[in-house]
Amino acid sequence: MAYPYVSDHEVRILSKHFGDPMQRRVDTYVERGGYGALKKAFEMGPEKIIDEVKASGLRGRGGAGFPTGVKWSFMPKGTGKPHYLLCNADESEPGTFKDRELMRWDPHQLIEGCLIGAYAIGAQHVYIYCRGEFFETNQVLARAVEDAYARGYIGKDIMGSGVDLDLTVHQGAGAYICGEETGLMNSLEGRRGQPRVKPPFPAAVGAFGMPSTINNVETLCTVPHIVANGGAWYRQWGTEKSPGTKLFCVSGHVNRPGNYELPLGFPLQKLIDDVCGGMRGGNALKAVIPGGSSVPIINAEEVSRCTLDYEGCVAVGTMLGCASVIVMDETTDVVKQVRRMVDFYAHESCGQCTPCREGSAWTARILRRIEEGRGTEEDLDTLMDTTQQMVGTTICVLSDSVAAPVQSSINKFRDEYLALIRRGERVGAA
Amino acid sequence: MADMVKVTIDGHELEVPKGTTILEAAKRVGTEVPHYCYHPGMSSPAMCRLCLVDVEGAPKPMPSCVTTVMDGQVVHTQSEKALANRQGVLEFYLVNHPLDCPICDMSGECNLQDYVHEEGRKQGRGREPKRVFGRDDFGGDVLFYGDRCVMCTRCVRFMSEVEQDDRLTVVERGNRSVIDTFFAEGLDGTNWHGNIVDICPVGALVSKDFLHKARAWDLTHTPSICTSCSQGCNIDLHTRDNLVQRIKPRENLDVNGWWICDHGRHDYEWMNRGDRLEAPLARDGSTSRATGWKDALRGVLDGAAASSGGVRAIASAGSSNEDLGALRALVDALGGGEIVYRSARAADEIPLKGYPTLARRRDLAPNTTGANLMGMTRVGGDDATGGLEGVASHEGVVIVLGDRLDDVGADFGEKASLYVYLGTHDVPGASAAHFVLPVATHAESEGTFTNREGRVQRFEPALQAPGMARPAWLVLGALTAERTGGGVARTAPDAFAALGSTVPAFSGIGYGDIGSRGAVVNESVSLTGD
Repeated sequence: MAYPYVSDHEVRILSKHFGDPMQRRVDTYVERGGYGALKKAFEMGPEKIIDEVKASGLRGRGGAGFPTGVKWSFMPKGTGKPHYLLCNADESEPGTFKDRELMRWDPHQLIEGCLIGAYAIGAQHVYIYCRGEFFETNQVLARAVEDAYARGYIGKDIMGSGVDLDLTVHQGAGAYICGEETGLMNSLEGRRGQPRVKPPFPAAVGAFGMPSTINNVETLCTVPHIVANGGAWYRQWGTEKSPGTKLFCVSGHVNRPGNYELPLGFPLQKLIDDVCGGMRGGNALKAVIPGGSSVPIINAEEVSRCTLDYEGCVAVGTMLGCASVIVMDETTDVVKQVRRMVDFYAHESCGQCTPCREGSAWTARILRRIEEGRGTEEDLDTLMDTTQQMVGTTICVLSDSVAAPVQSSINKFRDEYLALIRRGERVGAA
Repeated sequence: MADMVKVTIDGHELEVPKGTTILEAAKRVGTEVPHYCYHPGMSSPAMCRLCLVDVEGAPKPMPSCVTTVMDGQVVHTQSEKALANRQGVLEFYLVNHPLDCPICDMSGECNLQDYVHEEGRKQGRGREPKRVFGRDDFGGDVLFYGDRCVMCTRCVRFMSEVEQDDRLTVVERGNRSVIDTFFAEGLDGTNWHGNIVDICPVGALVSKDFLHKARAWDLTHTPSICTSCSQGCNIDLHTRDNLVQRIKPRENLDVNGWWICDHGRHDYEWMNRGDRLEAPLARDGSTSRATGWKDALRGVLDGAAASSGGVRAIASAGSSNEDLGALRALVDALGGGEIVYRSARAADEIPLKGYPTLARRRDLAPNTTGANLMGMTRVGGDDATGGLEGVASHEGVVIVLGDRLDDVGADFGEKASLYVYLGTHDVPGASAAHFVLPVATHAESEGTFTNREGRVQRFEPALQAPGMARPAWLVLGALTAERTGGGVARTAPDAFAALGSTVPAFSGIGYGDIGSRGAVVNESVSLTGD
């Protein structure tokens, strides 16, 4: 056992050096084969890199699961404009803590991935937009970037390849919405962190109005391994449609919460029971949110059928998202949980679109009233109706994220709402 | 036409140029898709989400203000899905809206009120206490009622994109978002901020000047032209009880777009003055006698017949083309003579940066071009004083139209054999006049002005002229007709037609053809240089 917890089920590719502070040093990284993939990438050329990433089937790890190679191929060629690669390191989805660990323990892995990505899409500059509250992470990254510049892994004529690339770490100021790709671009440019209307899409008009591609930290960290070992190698793990490994951030009422790198398609029940050592105090499982707080909540029966790949989660009516598994046992007050999440979204709504601005705050207030025992059954109908009005009607999907937990919890845990409404009594309260 | 695309909107098939938005295309089939944040004069943030429409084949409802039509697209603005969306969004707007319509100035012309009445839920479901922001003084003429705000950000975008002087912003986020000024700096010192009150779709931004003055449904709107400078902005005079209550811009993309400056917007109190001349005065030395029009006109004609020494006249560049044309005709009928006018010029132009053809011009008179086309000469300084020495001591006939003669002595025109003053007020400079004739303001009469670029634009009467005051063109025209034995123009169109027959620049423009956008005079106009 090392790094808080590890498990035999894990396939540790990205997380191999978690817990080893030496890995942060550029010397150690290079000794262990680091920046080899970058050298190989320069030999392959952009098109072969994109082909290899496409062949690997790597899907975006930020939550949407869009194929990375395909995304890269959207970048226009020969525009004469500057192109940008943006790394979304504004990890702020409640329940998620994988990118922070990737950056803290293995910053050069990310830098190498960024450089390969930038080279592949014809970008000259990489921005890593790092969450404002990650103070230590920001420092580690800044140091690593400094070292990489000093060693010539970033800058002019990298490793004699004739390729010039620059990389800047930008520290955010702590808004959830700046993790939305176009909100991030606005924030990076010094504007209000508000998502932009699409189209135009970032590949046409992105950061600073130039063609841009934006990838999640985990996605870019995977790239050097795919370049070094090939797309077919990566496909030995995972499922046909969701190949490879993925970091799962498990939190909540399990005995061993933490980050676990597992092949996609891993059964959720097995993750809880075997990898995480079962439920806290032997309590019964009540519910799981498998992909971060924005995805629908599932009950114990659905957990038993759920496999952790993009399709497996959809099959039980939820989403893999960024694989942040929040486990709740029988003592959990679901209504309170949902209200807490909706409070979060209401606080973080950027306030542009009416359904989100007004709807999220209104939903939070109704939920609080129900939680305080002053709700009515009509409130549940109102909630279902108004949250439905928030799905697909806004510029970004933050308002959809309000609807997901509210609707799924009312559908699956209606009894708990009704108990509060009828008797003002809270289920599971300590 | 270049690239045209076919689109079907609510069953109507139409062709529009590529790049047209669904919202603009829908206007062509007579459908106004409800919207707040969209304004044709500014960028579209697509954030109010009210204009979402149902597009066949699209996975989500599309914002019609930014979605451009595609060939073969089928759009439904009234489908169940589109209506349900609007009903939902409107309900969200009312979650925190105070519904204080009875004390809100916008009531009666409020888009939120209209939309909710048309398409909103009959009964609200909100039971929670409402968020309260209260009221804020934004400086200038603007008060902000935060609770009524629908956060469309039109005001913020007007200041940043059109006036290009960032004075407003959105602070905070989520439903704590509120429009605010930067620290203590408000709108003071800006020159176009009145427009944000006009474009505010609800009662969040209201005019201090108009605050609680009148209800929207009691106001009569009369198309008019701003007289504050030579730009010729199109405006509506909003009147009640025979008083102008406020001025609003009227859309004319060739002149002022949707905007007017704050000077023009607040330049109306003079139209409401109660101390007006109400009857013609016959004056003899120190005694004035009110008389009827017949006697007054007879007296003027008799005086003119007995005069010798030629005619000198002073006009005003604030008078209409018809008034000036009638003065020209009378002077000519009396044997001809020089007509001069004075007009004020500001030191600098005040441009509206985001609408390049619009500015508050240096020339502060609405009809300088008209006066020049009629062969009148500008005299005096930029403060509209001086230059009248020749007329003051003229010994023949002196006619003054409209000039208030603020800078002359009571002996002005003393030596004249006949001195006729036509104006709205009796002024000290008319002490020596033999006749003082009451005339109507432009707000009380029909007519046209010619703006700096030679565009002839019509205005209509919004107020009743007091007492016996009549339009100057009617009074002057009657004198001319009597003198020459010719016909008399009894209506403004007749007066304009008469103008066309004597001043070549106006020939060929039919009064009825001027329309809502104006018509440009048919000779190249020498612009007044500013």
